[in-house]
Amino acid sequence: MVVTVLVLMFAAAATFADESPVVIEAIAPAVTPTPATIDTGDTAWVLISAALVMLMTPGLAFFYGGLVRRKNYLNILMQCFIILAVMSIQWVLFGYSLSFAPNTSSIGGFIGSLDWIGLKNVGPAPFSAYSATIPHQAFMIFQGMFAVITPALIIGAFAERMKFSAFLVFVILWATLVYDPLAHWVWGIGGFLRDLGALDFAGGTVVHVNAGIAALVTAIVLGKRRAYNSHPTPPHSLPFSVLGAALLWFGWFGFNAGSALSANGLAASAFVVTNVAAAAAALTWAFIDWKVNGAPTMLGTISGAVAGLVAITPAAGFVSVIPAIIIGIVVSLICFSAVSFVKIKLGYDDSLDAFGIHGIGGIWGAIATGLFASTAVNSAGNNGLFYGNAKLLGIQLAAVGITIAYSLIMSFVLIKIVDKIMGVRVSAKDEAMGLDLTQHNERAYTMLE
Amino acid sequence: MTYHPELCEGPFKKTVAQRLKNIKANNMKLVIAIIQPHRLEYVKEELYKADVNLITVSEVLGHGRQKGVTEVYRGFKETGNLLRKIRVEIAINDDYLKQTVDAITRGAKTGETGDGKIFVMNLEECYRIRTGETGSTAIG
Repeated sequence: MVVTVLVLMFAAAATFADESPVVIEAIAPAVTPTPATIDTGDTAWVLISAALVMLMTPGLAFFYGGLVRRKNYLNILMQCFIILAVMSIQWVLFGYSLSFAPNTSSIGGFIGSLDWIGLKNVGPAPFSAYSATIPHQAFMIFQGMFAVITPALIIGAFAERMKFSAFLVFVILWATLVYDPLAHWVWGIGGFLRDLGALDFAGGTVVHVNAGIAALVTAIVLGKRRAYNSHPTPPHSLPFSVLGAALLWFGWFGFNAGSALSANGLAASAFVVTNVAAAAAALTWAFIDWKVNGAPTMLGTISGAVAGLVAITPAAGFVSVIPAIIIGIVVSLICFSAVSFVKIKLGYDDSLDAFGIHGIGGIWGAIATGLFASTAVNSAGNNGLFYGNAKLLGIQLAAVGITIAYSLIMSFVLIKIVDKIMGVRVSAKDEAMGLDLTQHNERAYTMLE
Repeated sequence: MTYHPELCEGPFKKTVAQRLKNIKANNMKLVIAIIQPHRLEYVKEELYKADVNLITVSEVLGHGRQKGVTEVYRGFKETGNLLRKIRVEIAINDDYLKQTVDAITRGAKTGETGDGKIFVMNLEECYRIRTGETGSTAIG
């Protein structure tokens, strides 16, 4: 039933796209805005995409939740779910304004203005500088789902040991002082990375590199889980992780293809390369596992799929299919090394490899965009190194470097402040008993009945 | 139930005197330890170090002097609930008793209430299913 509806919607969207002569670009809309008329196909696609991206956060909850010990399962689900609630409110109250409201003051390249606080002036009419054919609120809520999932990605790094109260405070601070400015730099009108010409189709730097670096920082500041050095902590339910990875893959179509902000050929192209990169990366990881560890593992395969989705994110609207396969293969090679060798060598406890997959995969994706981007795919984009334009690679590297530096410093400062005020780690006893019982007075599984 | 008289005397036919004689002759103990779940890996490590390799582990619920935990479901409070514990069973020859108990204690002790208990009991007989060996030879 649902599938039929979706198929019909895609078909409808495709028809509308064929009839519409207007080409809408995702990242760098035309300087002279096209006349603002709402296109029903575009609007339907972006609203559905927003719902798809929303589903990624519960998907991530299952992906991460299956990987922790069962005494900490609800804590992971709760952290993800509460972020969905907290960020939804933060976003409409001031997050969207700080990220996207045009700012003519001297700090306009750095942060948005307060003109759209509480969604003032954000209504049903399109705001053509961002998206000329859909209601402004549709654009706003689509972006809001990105603001939800980004802090949720960090959870993987400090899983099984962070105090829930401290977690809440950290998330609100981080979203406001790290995510919102970065989103403004890359996507907002007047944002300095956008003006620099950096390409980031669906949030490779803003979402994945940013969250990945914050993950590394928080994992190091919180320190290792107490049992980390003495014995491994096997995943309590890999089937849940597989469910979560499947939901992520599904939701990612909204994340990437929805970032076209239009139901057109570019959305279809982004949809296809997203699927292809995830598939290539899943296969590659499975084969590396087979070769290195003797058997293809389920966990390896889903890790590969997620890494592939991360890597294709910034490139989705700029690359064609064969480069997408290469991006997928390479990301698994890099991320596998990062989580299997580098992490162990450096000795930090990134519990669920939020940095190893999102940070590393995101960095590779941003660089790959500088290598494989082609104006044949998206005329609003640019050519990468392999299409004769070495300059783009430099810009991409600069954008990644700036993102890493800002996220690193700010995440460190914020987690240290929260630690000073209220302490970020649970007590040894609470950690041993598990966060479900000690933070939430609940347990995920009973033993009797 | 079938058993083979050539392999065993028929445990149900023994008199009390025979059983006591058996215990004396075989000199075996059954050690049952109830420990905190998160100490299991440490207990296992200590047991390996003490050269005790044959253990059986099961998950159990219980609470002793410690008052358990409070759980709340939609405002409905449940107090004094049972906590997850791990039950470790080890059958050994008497010579190994001290090092086994010491190893479990080293691995399981945190100093907090709830660290658990170790029970030791005489073990009457032991059969290895595959070979039919009995007593001290079967146990190791």
